[in-house]
Amino acid sequence: MHPVRRQRLYVVLFIALFSSAAIGLVIYAMRGNINLFYPPAEVVAGKAPVDQSIRVGGMVVKGSVQRATDSLQVNFQLTDFQASVPVVYTGILPDLFAEGQGAVASGRLNGDGVLEATEILAKHDENYMPPEVADALENSGYDQKGKPQ
Amino acid sequence: MIPEIGHFALIIALCLALILALVPAWGAWRGNSVAMALAPSLAIGLLVFVGISFICLTTAFLQDDFSVKLVASHSNSLLPSIYKFAAVWGNHEGSLLLWALILALWTAAVALFSSQLPLLVLSRVLSVMGGISVGFLSFSLITSNPFARLLPAAPADGSDLNPLLQDPGLIIHPPLLYMGYVGFSVAFAFAIAALLGGRLDASWARWSRPWTNIAWAFLSLGIMLGSWWAYYELGWGGWWFWDPVENASFMPWLAGTALIHSLAATEKRGLFKSWTVLLAIFTFSLSLLGTFLVRSGVLTSVHAFATDPARGMFILVFLAIVVGGSLTLYAFRAPAVSSRVSFGWVSRESLLLCNNVVFLVATLTVLFGTLFPLIVDALGLGKVSVGPPYFNAVFVPLMALLVPLMGLGPVSRWKRDAVERWRGELAIPAVVAVLCGITLPLLHAPYNIWVALAVLLSSWLVLGLARDLWQRLRSASSAGQGLARLTPGYCGMLIAHLGFAACVVGIVATSQYSVEHDLKMSPGDSRVLAGYEFRFVEVVQVRGPNFVADEARFEVTRDGVPVASMGPQKRRYLASGSVMTEAAIDAGLFRDLYVAMGEPVGSSGAWAMRLHFKPLVRWMWLGAILMALGAFTAALDKRYRRQREVIHSSGEAVLRGA
Repeated sequence: MHPVRRQRLYVVLFIALFSSAAIGLVIYAMRGNINLFYPPAEVVAGKAPVDQSIRVGGMVVKGSVQRATDSLQVNFQLTDFQASVPVVYTGILPDLFAEGQGAVASGRLNGDGVLEATEILAKHDENYMPPEVADALENSGYDQKGKPQ
Repeated sequence: MIPEIGHFALIIALCLALILALVPAWGAWRGNSVAMALAPSLAIGLLVFVGISFICLTTAFLQDDFSVKLVASHSNSLLPSIYKFAAVWGNHEGSLLLWALILALWTAAVALFSSQLPLLVLSRVLSVMGGISVGFLSFSLITSNPFARLLPAAPADGSDLNPLLQDPGLIIHPPLLYMGYVGFSVAFAFAIAALLGGRLDASWARWSRPWTNIAWAFLSLGIMLGSWWAYYELGWGGWWFWDPVENASFMPWLAGTALIHSLAATEKRGLFKSWTVLLAIFTFSLSLLGTFLVRSGVLTSVHAFATDPARGMFILVFLAIVVGGSLTLYAFRAPAVSSRVSFGWVSRESLLLCNNVVFLVATLTVLFGTLFPLIVDALGLGKVSVGPPYFNAVFVPLMALLVPLMGLGPVSRWKRDAVERWRGELAIPAVVAVLCGITLPLLHAPYNIWVALAVLLSSWLVLGLARDLWQRLRSASSAGQGLARLTPGYCGMLIAHLGFAACVVGIVATSQYSVEHDLKMSPGDSRVLAGYEFRFVEVVQVRGPNFVADEARFEVTRDGVPVASMGPQKRRYLASGSVMTEAAIDAGLFRDLYVAMGEPVGSSGAWAMRLHFKPLVRWMWLGAILMALGAFTAALDKRYRRQREVIHSSGEAVLRGA
């Protein structure tokens, strides 16, 4: 074989080996680190797995936000107007988190059907709605402001 | 009137861009030198008209012309002037106009500073850039006209700029980021011109290199500012979230890093030619993909703002044309530009090859993680998100693999080197690096193995650079003369690699050593964090130009010695009524203290507070600044500017022959 061609073969082999190692790493990292999104109706219907990292999004039910007086614990409910999921979160909520607004909570569902959230994502400007929440609301026949369509 | 002038200027700019895209390219094809010679003046005309349009929009913002829809929805008469100016690009339409302006700026810069280029190449390059301008200007005019009016019902006042964007970091972050994003269009245009001409040699790489370096430097600064802004403005002390929009700017950076290194091999040794061209196409395509991700709102992101699906469609089609077209051209012409040069396994070429493989794989894994939710959604398998753990798990090992090779890079030789020589050169640096890795983390208890590893790797990198520098200086008659003999290209490499080392140490140390507490505090309470005592004195009401705020007063002491007074705020903006956290940061080279307010807890005047201690967090941003500085320095190298006559004549001859 021509030396240049042989060298090219080795380079390709090296890249192939390295890429397969990287793909292995990607698959390994993917296993535990992707979170499925569930609308509240599916969570209440028992379709969401318990004690696995998931995300639930919807509107924060008006009047449902309760803050503990002695810690940073917050309880509230997320709804898609078909069903509501209780959420508990300890920590500081984002500025744009508010009752009657869209939010996405990620965390684990416990045995009592309460989502123990580790992160709350609220919208970042007045008109923005996380696409999943918009879809979930639309599926239950409501628009982004929470009004029936 | 002024907005109409702006609109009209934008339409003229689109016409000029169309002519620029077609006429010089036709001239290059038919050998018509009159048509080719039009390219530079058209490029400058394009800049003038996009510039007029941009100035008109800025004027509308500064004069509070609320009959313009964009101004009405993104500005307010109470907004300080500097933020009225920044509000021009604090929204979709305006940021697109800024993008078009910066593209016109780069096009005109190529036209002005490339007198050493053969006319044939220059006209092709400018035509390609004109084509990209056509895409963005028509996008702006068709789907997101910044000059749309609200007549006759103009509101009395505007609904204010999103408070998150009312910040000095946001005044310069988008322009810098776009300078980087758009700057890669120059490398892309050079690559396409080379494919069209079928000629790709050392002088091609020499023309592309400074442009690529400068674009990369701007992108580094833009990303660094974005990270810094997120750190102090979003109020939760994080500096990188692996958010789709961050990834959108990070992917072109990674691919651009690979491009810079493969261009070095192409220029010095005529290697990896077709690969370099492919990388240039890939890098710019990632810039466009980033624009698509940010502007279409298809992904859930902390950065996402309200969007319109028609816009996403437009960019997607544009992206498909650019990527599809350039890859088709590549498939036809790449064999014409491929190289037949061999190199030894132990050589600088091999190391650069490894660099390219690592950076490309890193880009692809980030790309995969970013697009995975879209793919799953498109297949109807549900809605998933890929979290930071995925990115950390794949990205950190890749970078850890890279640094040992980076230590070898500077001392290695082109063509053929010997392991024995490397061993001789680097035995002492290796021993010292191991010592540093073992001893330096002792300064901070408890001992942390990851920090030790980071210190080991980065001191290996720094000492490898130092060894090579010492070798160069030793051969000179005096140190001063030795320094004077160093080329800007070499100094740039030195500075940028040092910056990378600082970044590695900063990221690992701040990730491992940070102490973060979210807690409830009442006035009078104090809390000790990493040896610093934070005393919450009181909450006072303060008033800003367009907001009112609760400000918490903190006194921080260490062993009884006052360190800082900090005043984090919870602001309520008057026009929009939105609430915003303004964190207080006491910055230092070795540690940051960070206090942010949550919300009131209970009725006794207590607040949720976020207290952070972040060691070495500044090193990460300083490192990024050094990297950018290095790339700028390297772009100053004299060899990019000389030999214009020689290249001109011989270039023409070769082109005619091809």
